[in-house]
Amino acid sequence: MTTLTVVQAVNQALREEMKRDDRVVLLGEDIGRNGGVFRATEGLLDEFGPSRVMDTPLAESGIIGTAIGMALYGLVPVPEIQFLDFIYPGFDQIVTNLSKFRYRSGGQYSAHVVIRAPYGGGIKGGHYHSQSTEAYFAHTAGLKVVIPSTPYDTKGLLKAAIRDPDPVIFLEPKKIYRAVKGEVPEDDYVVPIGKSKIVKEGSDVSLFAYGTMLHVALEAAEEAAKRDIDVEVIDIRTLVPLDIDSVISSVQKTGRVLILHEAPKTGGFGAEISALISEKALEYLKAPIIRVAGFDTPFPYTWESIYLPDAFRVMKAIEKIMQY
Amino acid sequence: MSVEMLQVIRAEGTYDTTLEPSLPESDLKKLYEAMILLRTLDVRALSLQRQGRIGFYIQCIGQEASQIGSAYAFEPNDWLFPSYRDAGVAIVRGLALKTLFCHLMGNSQDVMKGHQMPNHWGYRSINLVSLAAPIGVHIPVAVGVALAAKMRGDRIVTGVYFGDGATSSNDFHAGMNFAGVFHTPTIFFCQNNQYAISLPVSKQTKAQTLASKARAYGFEGVRVDGNDVLAVYKAVKEAVVKARNGGGPTVIEAITYRIGAHSTADDPKRYRVEREVEEWRKRDPIDRFRLYLQRKGIWSEDLEAKVRQQADGIVSDAIREAEKIPPPTLETMFEDVYSEMSWNLKEQLKELLSEQRDVTKR
Repeated sequence: MTTLTVVQAVNQALREEMKRDDRVVLLGEDIGRNGGVFRATEGLLDEFGPSRVMDTPLAESGIIGTAIGMALYGLVPVPEIQFLDFIYPGFDQIVTNLSKFRYRSGGQYSAHVVIRAPYGGGIKGGHYHSQSTEAYFAHTAGLKVVIPSTPYDTKGLLKAAIRDPDPVIFLEPKKIYRAVKGEVPEDDYVVPIGKSKIVKEGSDVSLFAYGTMLHVALEAAEEAAKRDIDVEVIDIRTLVPLDIDSVISSVQKTGRVLILHEAPKTGGFGAEISALISEKALEYLKAPIIRVAGFDTPFPYTWESIYLPDAFRVMKAIEKIMQY
Repeated sequence: MSVEMLQVIRAEGTYDTTLEPSLPESDLKKLYEAMILLRTLDVRALSLQRQGRIGFYIQCIGQEASQIGSAYAFEPNDWLFPSYRDAGVAIVRGLALKTLFCHLMGNSQDVMKGHQMPNHWGYRSINLVSLAAPIGVHIPVAVGVALAAKMRGDRIVTGVYFGDGATSSNDFHAGMNFAGVFHTPTIFFCQNNQYAISLPVSKQTKAQTLASKARAYGFEGVRVDGNDVLAVYKAVKEAVVKARNGGGPTVIEAITYRIGAHSTADDPKRYRVEREVEEWRKRDPIDRFRLYLQRKGIWSEDLEAKVRQQADGIVSDAIREAEKIPPPTLETMFEDVYSEMSWNLKEQLKELLSEQRDVTKR
């Protein structure tokens, strides 16, 4: 066991997977000599050479489109998009090609690409270095969407994504790239895609979160405990395919649901979780489902810390749901 | 800037012996047969669509020389990325026409399982990559395949087919730029058929030629008479050999004309005059090649009759066989989204099947 940050866990997962499987190749902007703007690929160019750690021209559609072609030919490309906010020139490639190769060819082709992108707020980066647009990808059939929240899960989930036969959008919470440290085994392990995790058991409220917000959820749960409210915190970890059974069993246990994400509320992934709970477990609910989310504004600069849900706001929601 | 255009066979069938590719008589006959088969397929498929026996079709009439001549220049293990108008590429690769009609009908023997609309095919067994409708998106993918093959040390070439409209797309730029930077063995085969649906090429770009765009990306662009099958073959063959030997990518602009509509949902009378179409009909690529074969002493009335009869037979048999095949089951709609069916798909399929609806009407 060593203590790693989230970004170090990314680096370790990539290094191990590249050693294990010579089909794994990295490509993206500034990922080679520079090691990526967040240093996620630091040292990998020296270790694996320029044909497996490829600096590319500045064009996301070129990066993702080329990666898809490489995957069709049998490689396992792991492109890095510098910020999720920059992915949109490549969005056409993701929606039109990546997600549909298997389906549109009747299973003849599949494009096994893992797109890594730092996402989310908390670095004072304004709209274009802060957004959480995971719902776009979750809404596209054929993609898997994974968001880790700890160094341990980052390594295990990224390895699982690289070994998964389907295309994966792997979103890395950049606010906690270095802020969260944790024990990570040096040996090989995977965290299965499609499984959520009960991070803290509780009996009064189910609080579902992922990425950076998982830590906000834990902080709020601690606060609630001081007031004798027992919050169950569940790390969603995989948005698609969602671990629906775990979601429903927690709801059946607590009967109260809070969903927490930093993405804007309207049309966010919380709406999907909420709808599924309504369809499958309405009779267990003791109170309306509450979503705590980013506001329906573009991501602001000055008031970032207020825009982003924090333990204070989650606590208000916990009080509200308990008083219903 | 040069606007030269490679031509081997002149309009009246005379030819330039210094440019003539050295193809044996058997290959010349094969090219002719393929062009006739493609024309026959095209005419019959359009008629089937008009009769409501297939839902949609995209014609390629007038572009036979471009498609057949180019596809013939690649090796079978080269990966080709056709666009929806390129049935000729499938014919050269030897696709059974029954297989093609099963796709056009979206029946249970459609390799795409009815997941895609007509003309949006892909056949892995013959290295034709499945295509999408948005223009240009396959261009960087073709570059990626070439890059991966190069990294693996495999001496294959990729050929990507698109029209004049695609040269304005984001992915044309991205793909060309990546191909230049990574020096990939990729042939960018542009059939300049003068129209992107209704927009003439003069309004698509201010560039004097489409081939000239290659220069900005650091490689060669060649213009060729797209209604001259030998010129197309020669230009593509040279580019393929160059790419295979590490010489990098090439753009080939084949000047041709879309005689038909953009698709069966289009009415070209809205945007172009019949006189223009008539002018191009006079430059028919099949007629031109026939005159050449005649001068070479290869063509005869008997050959013509035989080739046409053979083509009619192949197409009629294919249609008859394909029309016997029932539609796919509802289950297939849920297949191939992921490598394994996810819980929500299973749930939706189960619910659909429980409705017990009448599925005889589609």
